[in-house]
Amino acid sequence: MKKLLSFLVIAATLYACGGPSEADKQSESSTAATKELTPEGNPTYDPKRGEGKFTDVAISDKLDAAMAKSGEKVYTVKCAGCHKLTDENLVGPGWKGVTLRHTPEWIMNFSTNTDEMLDKDPKAQAQLEICLVRMPNQNLTDDDARNVYEFMRENDGVK
Amino acid sequence: MKRVNFALTSLAAASLLVGMYSCKPKSAAIASGADGASKAYVAPGKYDEFYNFVSGGFSGQMSVYGLPSGRLLRVIPVFSVDPEKGWGYSEETKPMLNTSHGFVPWDDLHHVQVSQTNGELDGRWAFGNANNTPRVARIDLNTFRTAEILELPNSAGNHSSPFITENTEYVVAGTRFSVPMDDADGDVPIDSYKQNFKGTVSFISVNKDNGNMDIAFQLLCPGVNFDLSHAGKGKSHGWFFFSCYNTEQANTLLEVNASKNDKDFIMAVNWKLAEQLVKDGKGKQQAVRYASNRYDDKNHAATSTIKTSVTVIDTKDHPGLVYMMPCPKSPHGCDVDPTGEFIVGSGKLAALIPVFSFDKMMKAIEAKDFEGDYAGIPVLKYASVLHGEVQKPGLGPLHTEFDGKGNAYTSMFVSSEVVKWNIQDLKVLDRVPTYYSVGHLMIPGGDSRKPYGKYLVAYNKITKDRYLPTGPELSQSAQLYDISGDKMQLILDFPTIGEPHYAQAAPADLIKGNSVKFFKIDENNHPYVSKGEATTKVWREGNKVHVNMTMIRSHLTPDNIEGIKVGDEVLFHITNIEQDWDIPHGFAIKGANNAELLIMPGETTTLKWNPDRVGIFPMYCTDFCSALHQEMQGYIRVSPASSNVPIKYYTGQEPGAASASK
Repeated sequence: MKKLLSFLVIAATLYACGGPSEADKQSESSTAATKELTPEGNPTYDPKRGEGKFTDVAISDKLDAAMAKSGEKVYTVKCAGCHKLTDENLVGPGWKGVTLRHTPEWIMNFSTNTDEMLDKDPKAQAQLEICLVRMPNQNLTDDDARNVYEFMRENDGVK
Repeated sequence: MKRVNFALTSLAAASLLVGMYSCKPKSAAIASGADGASKAYVAPGKYDEFYNFVSGGFSGQMSVYGLPSGRLLRVIPVFSVDPEKGWGYSEETKPMLNTSHGFVPWDDLHHVQVSQTNGELDGRWAFGNANNTPRVARIDLNTFRTAEILELPNSAGNHSSPFITENTEYVVAGTRFSVPMDDADGDVPIDSYKQNFKGTVSFISVNKDNGNMDIAFQLLCPGVNFDLSHAGKGKSHGWFFFSCYNTEQANTLLEVNASKNDKDFIMAVNWKLAEQLVKDGKGKQQAVRYASNRYDDKNHAATSTIKTSVTVIDTKDHPGLVYMMPCPKSPHGCDVDPTGEFIVGSGKLAALIPVFSFDKMMKAIEAKDFEGDYAGIPVLKYASVLHGEVQKPGLGPLHTEFDGKGNAYTSMFVSSEVVKWNIQDLKVLDRVPTYYSVGHLMIPGGDSRKPYGKYLVAYNKITKDRYLPTGPELSQSAQLYDISGDKMQLILDFPTIGEPHYAQAAPADLIKGNSVKFFKIDENNHPYVSKGEATTKVWREGNKVHVNMTMIRSHLTPDNIEGIKVGDEVLFHITNIEQDWDIPHGFAIKGANNAELLIMPGETTTLKWNPDRVGIFPMYCTDFCSALHQEMQGYIRVSPASSNVPIKYYTGQEPGAASASK
């Protein structure tokens, strides 16, 4: 009886106010989306890939030296303030071995979609707990991100 | 059970009714006027519908509010130094305040115009006038920063400004004070006003691609006080209208001596003809000095150029260029309705509002329907150019705005009210009180061909008891009215920065999408930019020491500097190498005599520092930037002038490390 009463009151209030707002609906649907499963039975959010536009980055066995060179230029201006090329932490983690720790998709998504990744991705969040400085979005273009990745590969010994 | 169910259903129905009533208070409450708060309410995180650009009066700045919330979004430094933004303190912005008189740190900004295309707001730039040392500024609405300031020669008290033509072809600047011209001997008795004093009206061209302003020509006019102005629009495009008072040409006790004539004038200028006269070489080149200051978003620096010549046209030598329309009495506002047909002169000492007809004016000009001349300028007959008079509108009419629905709204300074009247039949339709002594009024787009007649803001001169008292000095106030219905309704009251004179508002959608979020470091052409920490350096040039420094969360590079000596001039050229929105860094060093810096992402800004004593000086970031903001700091060692301590700088190295001194 009690249940019925409260149900009626809630229903009435909801109805009177025109139902949930647009914002509520949006947050509901985004929650729903994360619960969806891929055909393989995995959640659609893939922590290996991260959140962002890069889903499948083709990487050759060999280094593209020209790309790495362009990547180094971007690194000097936009990344070197916080990341050393050794394994030593500065503001953020050193880059030595970074391409062995993360997939190219994860790195490129993190460097171009930084805020969303920091809000969502478990590995990014774990790193934030160590560094305590949110990585700034340095507004890399897609090409910048790919070139920087190639520079990271060079730094990790790919020839 | 059935009965209980019935009772519950009734209860539900009742709560449904209550719920509906409380969530949708749309009928009864509006009629009672009790819903003001909900009309002005913009929920947290939601955007306002309009940007409102408000003059700061004696503050010299322009403030930006959201409407209808009245939220203060930004104060844009224009004609006054602003420590909050380093404006007028950084080496790059100092040239913006340069004039032919040198550096002027504080002025008086009265009127605002947002640029127009085809008579409609286009949201590209806002213009403001400096009333004291005569100048016009252009604010870039992509960066919300002052992009340009142009000084006006042959001018004193630039009040009748910065009103624009309907495609922003020109910004005008009319002198409030008539004075001897700059190339004349100004050492004359003040009471020789009638012989020696002249007024000018300047037409400043605006480059339609980059906005750059230049004085196209100046019109030499009889010595009177020009007060306000508005361009013709639509059919009257090509004409400009200026209110004039002190046609008595008094030079002392103007409150009496300039209030004697029953009628002064609205001066009508055929600027298309003036343009033609200049093309035909009828203008005279006059030797003058004035500053043209421009800020470059790629160099992140301003340059000030002193110009030495201006083209002047004497209005009395060119029939058809200028006409006077008699206007009762000491007219202030001079406002043109959206159709371009009606020109409203607000005679501040008159007990009526005269409305002139453009068609009648053209007919009267054609018929040479003159009652005489004033200092060689033909004076049209009042009855021939008058559409009609609004009778008993209130006391002290000042300014009029339009809603695009055939109505005009006039501020009444003395009787503290806004009066709504019909432009065609001149009948008063409604009046509401203001708190207190309203000056300017503003309807978004209300002086353009396309008003957004939803809100009206009254900018008041007196605040008195409206807010909690703050000693003898009170903020001014603005009041927001809903004018969407037949009756005006006061819905919000908010304090303003400085004294608000004229203001403009534009739909947020016109502007918000163009807002610059940060400056691209790749496009930074500052001569002392550091593109990355690898390019930072400290280098000596005589007794000047340049520090090319970077800031990124959360360190300075370099953050330890030695080899500075007492008597050096140290120039910190600081580049914020962040590339994300809303990550400024600040910079301060102990003992700096001018200020601090605030540096936007991708920008380079310079602080000059003259170390005056030996010791260790701390420097740090002043804008809380990250969890390690308090760690964002460094030291400078200052040695005696005679010392041999070499220049040495580093970040993150122990002193003496090999790579330290680069």
